[in-house]
Amino acid sequence: MRNSAWRIGAAIAVLATGLAACGGEPSTTTGGTAAASGGGDTIKVGLLHSLSGTMAISEVTVRDAELLAVEEINKAGGVLGKQLVPVAEDGASDWPTFAEKATKLIAQDKVATVFGGWTSASRKAMLPVFEKRKALLWYPVQYEGLESSPYIFYTGATTNQQIVPGLDYLKEKGKKKIFLVGSDYVFPRTANKIIKAYAAANGMQVLGEEYTPLGHTEYSTLVNKVVAAKPDAVFNTLNGDSNVAFFKQLKSAGVTAEQMPVMSVSVAEEEVKGIGVDNIAGHLVAWNYYQTTENPANAKFVEAFKAKYGADRVTSDPMEAGYNAVYLWAEAVKKAGTTEVEAVKKAAGGIALERPEGTVTIDGENQHMYKTARIGVIEPDGQIKEVWNSGKPIKPDPYLKTYSWAGGLT
Amino acid sequence: MTTTVRNVVRVAPPPAGPSWRGRLRAPAVFVLVAVLALVVAPLLLEPFRLGLLAKYLCFGIVALGIGLAWGQGGMLTLGQGVFFGLGGYAMGMYLKLHDAGGDLPDFMVWSGVEKLPALWVPFENPVFAVAFAVIGPVVLAVLLGSLVFRQRVRGAYFAILTQALAAATVILLVGQQGLTGGTNGLTNFFDLFGQDLAADGTQRGLYIVVAAVLGVLYLVAWQLVRSRFGRLLIAIRDGEDRVRFLGYNPATVKTVTFAVSAGMAGLAGALFVPVVGIISPALLGVVPSLELVVAVAVGGRFSLAGAVLGAVVMGYAKTSFSEQFADGWLYLQGALFILVMTLAPKGIFGLAATARDFVVSRRPRTGRPLMSTGTADIGGPLIEAQEPRA
Amino acid sequence: MEAIVNQLPIGLSIAAVLLLIALGLTFTFGQMGVINMAHGEFIMAGAYTAYLLQGWAGRQAVLVALPVAFVVAGVMGLILERVAIRHFYGRPLDTLLLTWGVSLVLQQLARDLFGAPNVQVRAPEWLQGGVGILPYNRLFIFALAVGSVVAIWGYMNRTSQGRRMQAVMQNRQLAAVSGINTGRVDQRTFFIGSGLAGIAGVALTLIGPVGPALGTYYIVDAFLVVVAGGLGQLRGALIAAAALGLLNSYAEFWTNASLAKVIVFVVIIAFLQIRPQGLFVLKARALT
Repeated sequence: MRNSAWRIGAAIAVLATGLAACGGEPSTTTGGTAAASGGGDTIKVGLLHSLSGTMAISEVTVRDAELLAVEEINKAGGVLGKQLVPVAEDGASDWPTFAEKATKLIAQDKVATVFGGWTSASRKAMLPVFEKRKALLWYPVQYEGLESSPYIFYTGATTNQQIVPGLDYLKEKGKKKIFLVGSDYVFPRTANKIIKAYAAANGMQVLGEEYTPLGHTEYSTLVNKVVAAKPDAVFNTLNGDSNVAFFKQLKSAGVTAEQMPVMSVSVAEEEVKGIGVDNIAGHLVAWNYYQTTENPANAKFVEAFKAKYGADRVTSDPMEAGYNAVYLWAEAVKKAGTTEVEAVKKAAGGIALERPEGTVTIDGENQHMYKTARIGVIEPDGQIKEVWNSGKPIKPDPYLKTYSWAGGLT
Repeated sequence: MTTTVRNVVRVAPPPAGPSWRGRLRAPAVFVLVAVLALVVAPLLLEPFRLGLLAKYLCFGIVALGIGLAWGQGGMLTLGQGVFFGLGGYAMGMYLKLHDAGGDLPDFMVWSGVEKLPALWVPFENPVFAVAFAVIGPVVLAVLLGSLVFRQRVRGAYFAILTQALAAATVILLVGQQGLTGGTNGLTNFFDLFGQDLAADGTQRGLYIVVAAVLGVLYLVAWQLVRSRFGRLLIAIRDGEDRVRFLGYNPATVKTVTFAVSAGMAGLAGALFVPVVGIISPALLGVVPSLELVVAVAVGGRFSLAGAVLGAVVMGYAKTSFSEQFADGWLYLQGALFILVMTLAPKGIFGLAATARDFVVSRRPRTGRPLMSTGTADIGGPLIEAQEPRA
Repeated sequence: MEAIVNQLPIGLSIAAVLLLIALGLTFTFGQMGVINMAHGEFIMAGAYTAYLLQGWAGRQAVLVALPVAFVVAGVMGLILERVAIRHFYGRPLDTLLLTWGVSLVLQQLARDLFGAPNVQVRAPEWLQGGVGILPYNRLFIFALAVGSVVAIWGYMNRTSQGRRMQAVMQNRQLAAVSGINTGRVDQRTFFIGSGLAGIAGVALTLIGPVGPALGTYYIVDAFLVVVAGGLGQLRGALIAAAALGLLNSYAEFWTNASLAKVIVFVVIIAFLQIRPQGLFVLKARALT
């Protein structure tokens, strides 16, 4: 044991690191009980997004927008005369962690509500937590529908506010033959089921349907398949980094947006930067909001966001939906006069606010939003130009009950 | 460093070595820890924290298996998540069917599945589900092990092979959405054997079950290591060819050990699902499997207690660090590994033993052999961190 | 029939990517028994080098970045070797965990330095377009892979340094007693092996995302190539990459991307049953 002393020194170092972890613990435990949402002069709200891992790239931007909203509301005097205190937790791109952190926010921090999630998987993991503990979750991302939890408010689009309008647009442009490309998980698979039902009823033809694992980066074979099938358009439900590889490889295979436009539903302003404008300019996207959407509320939002986070940052649909969520909840609390969950739920129905995307109204029945659908084309400067919109906000229909062709889906 | 110089295997004294007091110390510590875990913790901790502790203990069970396979047997398995997942999915399938009460589970409805797949049918029976959670992983491990070990795939090759297995399993699970729930996995459970899963009482009961199972498995593993079989296992770790020349078949010993560790992981998975309320492919991929191996390394891979301790400590550290400063968790985790691997390859337990040796070596020797390792290594002999080359 | 012909060049171009990402690993893994999980992050470092060089090299950054990334990633590897890995020789499994810790730190570092979102590396104009179904950028990667293999082969067989490297690979002790400074050879090997990762990173900017998670997408594939090819075996890596690339492209064409990946894994696991040491085995009389 020549260097025992050295080892013991190391032992102390390692143990000290470990103790630091333990030492930090009690502060959260005690802090949690200090300000229950009812009493005191502050209201705690939870922000639960992935701050690490693969989803951090997207979710951090939503958290930033939510923090901005909290700050603005506080500046304007808070809610019910109380300041909002955001409690941020990291979902770490891992679904069980989302469930665990949601429990922590509700049980220990006693937050009044939680804003959070991005992937459907994280929402599905959190859903039982919120339902069992009768707490509120505001979920800010477009999703695959077929869900309506009494304890979740969905501020992103459901399928009839994004996918169906996207298909309407393709149909209007005479794109009869389409090819479906998606990441292998719930949203693309469900979206593609809807697309196939729509196509069958509207005289469109689905030439192929391909899924790749999340994080897949080798698209040469898939691009080859798409090119060989010669579709009029591609409907793209790929998620995250895969979009970068897909568009780069599509571009280098010589496919242009003129001959074969790709309609994407998970590519927003933020993603365009990483994909590279060269590779995606001219292709289509379907959302409810773009940074370029013309509206006084949006001008204010974009300006405030850039002032807080830097002029090179962009705003996107999920960010706007997260930003809205905080305002909508605050409005419901004001109307209810309390942060008590059942009262807030009851008060929320029918609330209408002028938001950056236009008028947003909460549908009290399914707790989704009335939203205006917008189709955009990606411009060479990385911004998205709106080329079509639905004219007025579309009533949310998560189960597509009002569409005759969708009868067999649910 | 001096590892090559100190390529000395120091074998623990035969069981009869230490005095009766020394022999009693290990059981005493075990009983103390058991009382702490089973009685004190449920009384002191609030339900949310107790649930977290139950989760760490589930990982502790997996870690126990890893300690057995890797620490004692030298098989670095980076695919324990697969066995954990098998157990978890078996339990999840039962819970899902039970909640659905004769209907299709919710995710199948929205995946467009119309009839309950044949694979799911037997899982309506809770006994089958629990049995499968253990037997399934064991069978898979025996199959894999008997093929792989007979071909003398070992060391790094074995590690990468198991890693590939974990990666492939995840892709397979994610791809079969109608059958497995895809990326979402199985979640939203309500009821376990008639108990409301959300109730604090149920969670407390589950915690006690998990802690008790861990205790029993620990005793089993300890006994296994102390037996002739365990000696053989360690001999294989330290020199597989030499054991073979002595007329033993290392493949059989390794396969059995691997199967035991797989069974433990499966059982842990089955317990994890009601405790945490979800099982998803993310839990059995490459990263969680690796994280557990690292936890074992941090705790001390050459001792079973160290392995369990490592899993609990790392689980706890992950939760509290991510609550304190989420962004820094990766740095901390990474730095912790680097520190432990370079400075303390035997982990916390190894350090404790070293510190004691250090103190003992300054004292006049007593009748006790210097290398006796007492409670710190009840799991096995101390050995300088020297693994057989791949 | 047409599909068979079409998928051949695609399979080979996938093989070129696999070869590039695995080439460096065969040496660090083969010669030193070091399982370098941070290899993926060295690839990432190469990609970010190309990103940073865009500042003054503009669209030619990819070309300029090749030598720079080689040095950047190589130096990172050298530092890792000097600071940590050299204490771990003979403990391959420990290096795996150690380097995994390093890879976590490097990923978070990239996130802090360059931000979590992907960054854009613009491909040079002369790589736009292609012949038939093969884009020029794929051909470029193919040429790069071939060039790297030739360079490595030349180094190993035609220079005295390379021959020393081979000697250490075959029998470390014997090489040491023959007067070879094995420590120096190890450093060189690690420099070159990591440097090759840097080159791979630059190449990957042409076809994939450039972000903090870049390394994690490729690391498992890289290891599979090395394991299937045999340790430290140039021709093994070559053949394994080609076989896996073709298998991947045909399997994906006839099934789908998810299933193709599973098929590749299963084939490798099955293959290792037949040849547990990979395609080519280094002949040695050493006994563990």
